[in-house]
Amino acid sequence: MVFKMLDGNEAAVEAMKLARVQVISAYPITPQSSISEKLSDLVAAGELKAEYVRVESEHTALSVATTAGLTGVRAATATASNGLALMHEILSMTSGNRVPIVMPVVNRGVAAPWTLWCEHGDAMAQRDMGWLQFYCQNVQEVLDLTLLAYRVAEDERVLTPAMVCLDGFFLSHSMQKTQVPEQRLVDDFIGPYIRKNTYIDPDDPMFCCDLTGSDEFTEMRYQQKYAMDNSIDVIEEIENEFEIRFGRKLHIVEGYKTEDADVVLVALGSMCGTAKYVVDKMRQEGKKVGLAKVTVFRPFPVKQLKEVLKGKKVIGVFDRSAGLGGQGGPVWSETSALMMNENCDIRNYVGGLGGRDVTIDNIEKIYNELLEIKEGKRTVHTEWIDLKENPMELRQVTKNV
Amino acid sequence: MFDIQHKSKGLVSHGVSACAGCGLELIMRNVMSVLGEDTVILIPPGCSALFSGYGNESGLKIAGFQGNLENTAACAAGVRAALNAQGNYHTTVLAFAGDGGTVDIGLQALSGVLERRDRIMYICYDNEAYMNTGIQGSSSTPFFASTTTTPSGKPTSRKNLMEIAIAHDIPYAATASIHNLNDFKKKLKKAMETDGPSLIHIQTPCPTGWRYDPGKSVELARLAVQTGSWILFEYEDGRVTINSKLKDLKPITDYIEIQGRFKHLTEEQKAELQDYTEKYYHRYIKKLENMNIETEEHATA
Repeated sequence: MVFKMLDGNEAAVEAMKLARVQVISAYPITPQSSISEKLSDLVAAGELKAEYVRVESEHTALSVATTAGLTGVRAATATASNGLALMHEILSMTSGNRVPIVMPVVNRGVAAPWTLWCEHGDAMAQRDMGWLQFYCQNVQEVLDLTLLAYRVAEDERVLTPAMVCLDGFFLSHSMQKTQVPEQRLVDDFIGPYIRKNTYIDPDDPMFCCDLTGSDEFTEMRYQQKYAMDNSIDVIEEIENEFEIRFGRKLHIVEGYKTEDADVVLVALGSMCGTAKYVVDKMRQEGKKVGLAKVTVFRPFPVKQLKEVLKGKKVIGVFDRSAGLGGQGGPVWSETSALMMNENCDIRNYVGGLGGRDVTIDNIEKIYNELLEIKEGKRTVHTEWIDLKENPMELRQVTKNV
Repeated sequence: MFDIQHKSKGLVSHGVSACAGCGLELIMRNVMSVLGEDTVILIPPGCSALFSGYGNESGLKIAGFQGNLENTAACAAGVRAALNAQGNYHTTVLAFAGDGGTVDIGLQALSGVLERRDRIMYICYDNEAYMNTGIQGSSSTPFFASTTTTPSGKPTSRKNLMEIAIAHDIPYAATASIHNLNDFKKKLKKAMETDGPSLIHIQTPCPTGWRYDPGKSVELARLAVQTGSWILFEYEDGRVTINSKLKDLKPITDYIEIQGRFKHLTEEQKAELQDYTEKYYHRYIKKLENMNIETEEHATA
């Protein structure tokens, strides 16, 4: 076990290299670009034996990775933001053909307005495309969850692709001390890629992905649902194995000081680090607050999150995506459905969009609101927590209108 | 893996659901007879998906995958990369798409393959409209042809796929026609042996979409060449061979008057199409010949 100073993108690359990916098709997009660069460096230097396909779009990137996977190799790509949006159509081709690609998604808002910076709107927009979704808190988790994702995605009980989501810049470009396991340990953990069930092989021909009638389509979809349902137990099982092999505990949902907490905030991604700091700070002031960190969003961790939120009367959910037109953000909607038979008050918070920092102050403000709601001192909450005072004045055209 | 249910002679099932007189079926059977079993085929949704099959039945005995409409070339690139990664350089990777999937929505992915020089064989069977969705116009629909989205005739001429391929300096590209299967098969062999991307653009008469007697597919393909509406040539390592250089062109009416898609044309429009076809033919032949002159000058310089 060695320590390296890695940023999130380097950790993702390190994991893909350790997994010995055999075909890489990547297209650069901020803030993912250094992943596609570093993978090409590794291939050019002979440190990674792989075919590197320098594609002309993300659409092609995922198309290449998907058919390469079907042809029997471990295939890799990575993307962000508009690139993920362009992949939308292919995401379903990958998951429907049960090709277990592991894809880092460096979270960035989708234009318009144009942004280069972090939010979860890009990945959340793809949440029903039949991919597993892991959200990372820090660089170590980028590496660990990517390694884990290979085992889970390729498990024959799952056979479902996975996105490993890391916050743009907050993780992708921030250097952190990271434990990097030895190659032989990863080889033992992940092993070589073994094709299963459907494949493209001239020596053992079959035709994949032809037209399917309404007499079978529902069942084919159900197989995917069944795999999603299976995957949560598989994740738990492999997280245990991961801890034994590598000594680090991963959680599907991590309850941070939630046991005796009066109020709990549900969150995902890098802001969980800030939230944990705020929890510690407020507890020193005698305020009993806690954090439910959701690492696995797809499949939605029903059992695990319910366990953490059990008995809580006031819960806040922080969505780093706008959830336009919904009653709240996607994480809030799922949490509300989860707790529909519990007697509790679940508040939706939206913030941290387009690169806006999720600050200590804002998280503290959320906790204080939740505590006041619990104590009956407050009824309304600040839905868009970091909204400026003059939102409707921006870009307001006053001339010639 | 396949459970073969009947003994068809070739690699294509005896019964497929193509329309009577379909040019595509003839093409597919000939392609498979030349390429053989050591082939992986990539097919987008469209008429050629009739060969992908339905449910748990396929019309082909080779390995294949049906991708999306616009990513046939990209899917082929993925298969090629994976075969290469496993040390298999012998299998032919065949992308087989129609005009819509090639010159319209699939052009970007195809350009990527051509520019990277991926070793992929690409066949565009061109029936000159979106036939499987109900005869809508594509950018390969010829001047004046009526389709369900160009009901009064297409006001513009077709996109030139070969020029696009040549602009990428592709190692081997050729046009073909079902009226000369020996020529087509010869070109298939060359394309198959090309170390890099190869393209065959073959006109594909479609009785349903062009509205003609299904018995006349081969005759129409011949007339397309004889009237100068379809030019047969090859582009091989920068050199052009024109396979259908004609002294005299047959009148365009010989070709269009037996097709329903040109039935709406007035006498003036027929004359305009005649004029356009002739001028385009002669200009294009000259252009192709000039390519060779340039190549030779470069070689002697």
